Amino acid sequence: MDKMPNWADVVLVPLISLFLAFALSGLVILAIGENPLEALQMMVTGALGSTYGWGYTLYYATNFMFTGLAVAVAFHARLFNIGGEGQATLGGLGVALVCLSFEWPHWTLALIAAMAGGALFGAAWAAIPAWLQAKRGSHIVITTIMFNFIAAAVLNYMLVNVLRPDGAMDPATARFPEGTNLPTLHDMLAVFGIPFSKAAPVNISFLIALLACFLVWLLIWRTRLGYEIRAFGHSESAARYAGISGVRITMIAMLISGGLAGLMAINNVMGEAERLVLNSVEGAGFIGIAVALMGRSHPFGVALAAILFGFLYQGGAELALFTSIPRELIVVIQALVILFTGALDNMVRMPIERIFLALNRRKEG
Amino acid sequence: MDFLTLIQVLDSTVRLATPLLLACLAGLFSERAGIFDIGLEGKMLVAAMFSAAIAYTSGSVWLGLLAGIASSMLLSGLHGLASITFRGNQLISGVAINFLAAGMTVLVAQSWFGQGGRTPSLFGGARFEPITLPFADSIEPVPFIGPIYSELLSGHSILVYVALFCVPATWWILYRTRFGLRLRAVGENPAAVDTAGISVIGLRYAAVCICGVLCGIAGAYLSTALQAGFVKDMTAGRGFIALAALIFAKWRPWYALAACMLFGFLQALALRPDLIEGLIGIPVQVQLLDALPYVLTVVILAGFVGKAIPPRAGGEPYVKER
Amino acid sequence: MSAPAIELKGISKSFGPVQANKDISLSVARGAIHGIIGENGAGKSTLMSILYGFYKADAGEIFIGGQKTEIPDSQAAIAAGIGMVFQHFKLVENFTVLENVVLGAEDGWKLGPSLRKARQELTALAKEYELNVDPDAVIEEIGVGMQQRVEILKALYRKADILILDEPTGVLTPTEADQLFRILRRLRDEGKTIILITHKLREIMDATDTVSVMRRGKMTATVKTAETNPEQLAELMVGRKVLLQVEKTPAKPGDVVLSASNLRVVDDAGVERLRGVSLDIRAGEILGIAGVAGNGQSELLEVLGGMQAAEGSLTLNGTDLELVGPQANGRARRARGIGHVPEDRQREGLIMDFHAWENNAFGYHDDPAFNTGLLMNNRALRKDTEKKIAEYDIRPANAWLTAKNFSGGNQQKIVVAREIERSPDLLLIGQPTRGVDIGAIEFIHKQIVALRDAGKAVLLVSVELDEILGLADRIAVMFDGRIMGERDAGATDERELGLLMAGVTDEGDN
Repeated sequence: MDKMPNWADVVLVPLISLFLAFALSGLVILAIGENPLEALQMMVTGALGSTYGWGYTLYYATNFMFTGLAVAVAFHARLFNIGGEGQATLGGLGVALVCLSFEWPHWTLALIAAMAGGALFGAAWAAIPAWLQAKRGSHIVITTIMFNFIAAAVLNYMLVNVLRPDGAMDPATARFPEGTNLPTLHDMLAVFGIPFSKAAPVNISFLIALLACFLVWLLIWRTRLGYEIRAFGHSESAARYAGISGVRITMIAMLISGGLAGLMAINNVMGEAERLVLNSVEGAGFIGIAVALMGRSHPFGVALAAILFGFLYQGGAELALFTSIPRELIVVIQALVILFTGALDNMVRMPIERIFLALNRRKEG
Repeated sequence: MDFLTLIQVLDSTVRLATPLLLACLAGLFSERAGIFDIGLEGKMLVAAMFSAAIAYTSGSVWLGLLAGIASSMLLSGLHGLASITFRGNQLISGVAINFLAAGMTVLVAQSWFGQGGRTPSLFGGARFEPITLPFADSIEPVPFIGPIYSELLSGHSILVYVALFCVPATWWILYRTRFGLRLRAVGENPAAVDTAGISVIGLRYAAVCICGVLCGIAGAYLSTALQAGFVKDMTAGRGFIALAALIFAKWRPWYALAACMLFGFLQALALRPDLIEGLIGIPVQVQLLDALPYVLTVVILAGFVGKAIPPRAGGEPYVKER
Repeated sequence: MSAPAIELKGISKSFGPVQANKDISLSVARGAIHGIIGENGAGKSTLMSILYGFYKADAGEIFIGGQKTEIPDSQAAIAAGIGMVFQHFKLVENFTVLENVVLGAEDGWKLGPSLRKARQELTALAKEYELNVDPDAVIEEIGVGMQQRVEILKALYRKADILILDEPTGVLTPTEADQLFRILRRLRDEGKTIILITHKLREIMDATDTVSVMRRGKMTATVKTAETNPEQLAELMVGRKVLLQVEKTPAKPGDVVLSASNLRVVDDAGVERLRGVSLDIRAGEILGIAGVAGNGQSELLEVLGGMQAAEGSLTLNGTDLELVGPQANGRARRARGIGHVPEDRQREGLIMDFHAWENNAFGYHDDPAFNTGLLMNNRALRKDTEKKIAEYDIRPANAWLTAKNFSGGNQQKIVVAREIERSPDLLLIGQPTRGVDIGAIEFIHKQIVALRDAGKAVLLVSVELDEILGLADRIAVMFDGRIMGERDAGATDERELGLLMAGVTDEGDN
């Protein structure tokens, strides 16, 4: 007999965890002398009160969907990929190389090529830790952390020494050619006569991210590979019995994971900045961890969590602009979400399980 | 590179290795007890912030140190709560703690001092001043030994000597005391400790507390000795380099000293790219030097240079078998 | 008459909805070896864990030497003079014997004096009880028999008067077991009280003075060993007359289905687990592999099932099977018509967090019947599962339950149904009835015999000699990675097999 019904596990526990995280964040705001309700109101207005706000919210959400999916896919194989940041960094490099290498005639071609480049570079960056884990048993958490730092150094080196246009001072690539500029939501909605903010950076990558959510769902829950990934994640010994190769699953899951993280670059590098700069990922790789945990590693949960974090990011930016609350508030909220939905999961789960157990007993008795 | 330049580089090696060493030993206690801790970075960061803030407001660096230790232990307690009491995922807890520290330090510093998430500069009694060892001045003229003693060994803040003292102390505690025996046992097989009638939870909390104290000292050193005040993200990945050093050292105290000195040396070199260029004749990118500790750790982890076997019960919450 | 060493009154303990111990009372006399016997899951280990302070009883009282004693934790148990040797040893693998003995029983906070004192004491204990162990040996480098001695020494070092041993012979050869019993008798003669938990009738008859029988969490009887017999104990254990013999007709062996020759396996630590195993299995026969756990049977199953690489050669129906490389895996073996019910269904045969219907495809998920193009056909899979649930009477009859929510017997039925219903040419089946209730045992045995009667080959590995004798047509005995001998099931007995299991060499000695 299950300790509690499925809906409680999937919906109730995460919601309570989330509530606790937000309640504590409210207390933090209170403690630094601001009014949490006013702050919330300001965040809602700033992030959701205009198409401009929505445009930023969805732009951030796009990033987080990619990195959240990356962490989620690896989670299903019981691999904790902390390296989303580095993989997205390398993905940016891949996208930049594709965009700069060629005078692209149309953005569609450029997008397809850039997606391939970003995914390939991201996957390649995940491949080494994956191989070390599969073949040599090196702990993937530690190696991916190390690879984040190495990625930052590589990008720094590439921007300063290789990709910086002659005469430019700041470590960044040249602007990408016109043919690589992606249509924004403004452009796309304009076709249907729907007005949307022209200044907001949300672009076609958002739709690709949604598509990615659907494809990952299909992969994990409806394909043989997904079945194998989940089986391996639940029990390595059973996978060995069934003839599912642990090395193969570790490699494939991490390649997909790294590829998804790398794909993020079509949004932030190609869609928004239109050139590659230092630290273009801005922590999105780490937010993917919070997003995947909150979304219970389910692609639809990831999509919802990504939009929530997009809202927090945009709302937080507004707060930093108009109050004395620094942007770092978002980092705190993100930490609390990871803490409550991830590490302190049992703190919320155990009392709820006990309540359901007592309810069941009363029903039977 | 001439002798005096070498002494200079080594001198800054010692200064840069100190926070690594303290954090590395902190991780050693925690992981030897079976609690993985990737939150060393976060604990150092809060300690750096609170020790600078309290040192500034009280004017006493010692009060600052205490505040730093207390704040770091608070996060340790949180890690313990998540990973020992509620048997959560230790890695996820560590990640959360790092973010919590990264955000809270700026938030608190900003609302406290309003200087963009930094503390005001420290001076006088609010900083750890260098200590001149006895006879440093009189020995200085002696060739070879003189500079080593007066430049390299003397003239560091007290925390440097504390960190160095912690190495033999850790070794002694681990291998020569009852507590050390139990601590090592609980990281290898907590069931053996439990059936011997010793509290697994108690031991692991003790280890996590020691980890908090050492991280606290490391953080305080950063903001009150190495530099004069706290700035945002001032740990700059040192917690992770310490973690790398811990793996490099295969969870042993004396090796930890060697590993931290090596990584400190790399950091010291990164400050003097001119020296490397002079040494090997070609310019070396600073970024690549920065990445070297991480690359070395990956190589070690890959088992190409001896196998690093972590404590066997590491990362696993202890649940009594039915 | 002095007070009993241990007296339990009305002990009850539940884990959630499961009641493991119901109102148990027990009295053990000082200076006796007292056996506690019962099936897997009868509650023996739970009861002893309560006595050792590992669990807290929901109700009941404990008296030690006539004194009412509270045992909230292991420390209290140790203080009350109770020592316990667990089924899975509680030793720190990379510590020395000395460090393991001292752990938790140090004198003072400095280690040096404690170690010196323990070294002296160990020498004395070794002399007193013939328990010789090198104090400086590292645990992971000594054998299991030695490790068990360390566990006993740990208890004696803590001045235990009462020693509890939980299934101590599971990992021992018969010779080592005899040695253990000699030590236990010696301890008893020195005035110690021993509680021996086992599910093996023979050990009870051989080693104990008195015996208590547990069934489904209750204590059903306590008798003097001299005044009972195995049949009576068996009946008390399971609650009714047991059919030790499985009903079956004589085998009609056909062609050789599987032929293995000279299989060799060396594990990661460099230990040779299989040392040249050769065997043939014919269609329409059950070959039973008997032996003490850990003598290579598991490795043999793994090699045949494709989970473990090996040297040697292997043919199925006359064509080679690969022993190394990418084709040496479970999936390839299944494709060739080998079904495999693994020894450990929870760690290998099932994904405990998967639904029953997902588990029904485990290992066969690329079967075209369960797929349509790129995607899996979950509907077809669920339908197939529901059919099997009905045929095998799996309860609860709900394909959406996760595997962990079924009882041991029903979990095993899910695995057996999956593997047998495909009618494999060869069925590998390990410990088919471990942790399975009596009703399910009979059902599973019948399915195995039915498969044989359908002309298929079966390789049965079991540590339960009764099961091998009852089910197999031919019996091979393994010891130390080798096959010590083969016998016709009808022409041998426990005694002869026992000698082979102990490594007493074959034919030549007869």
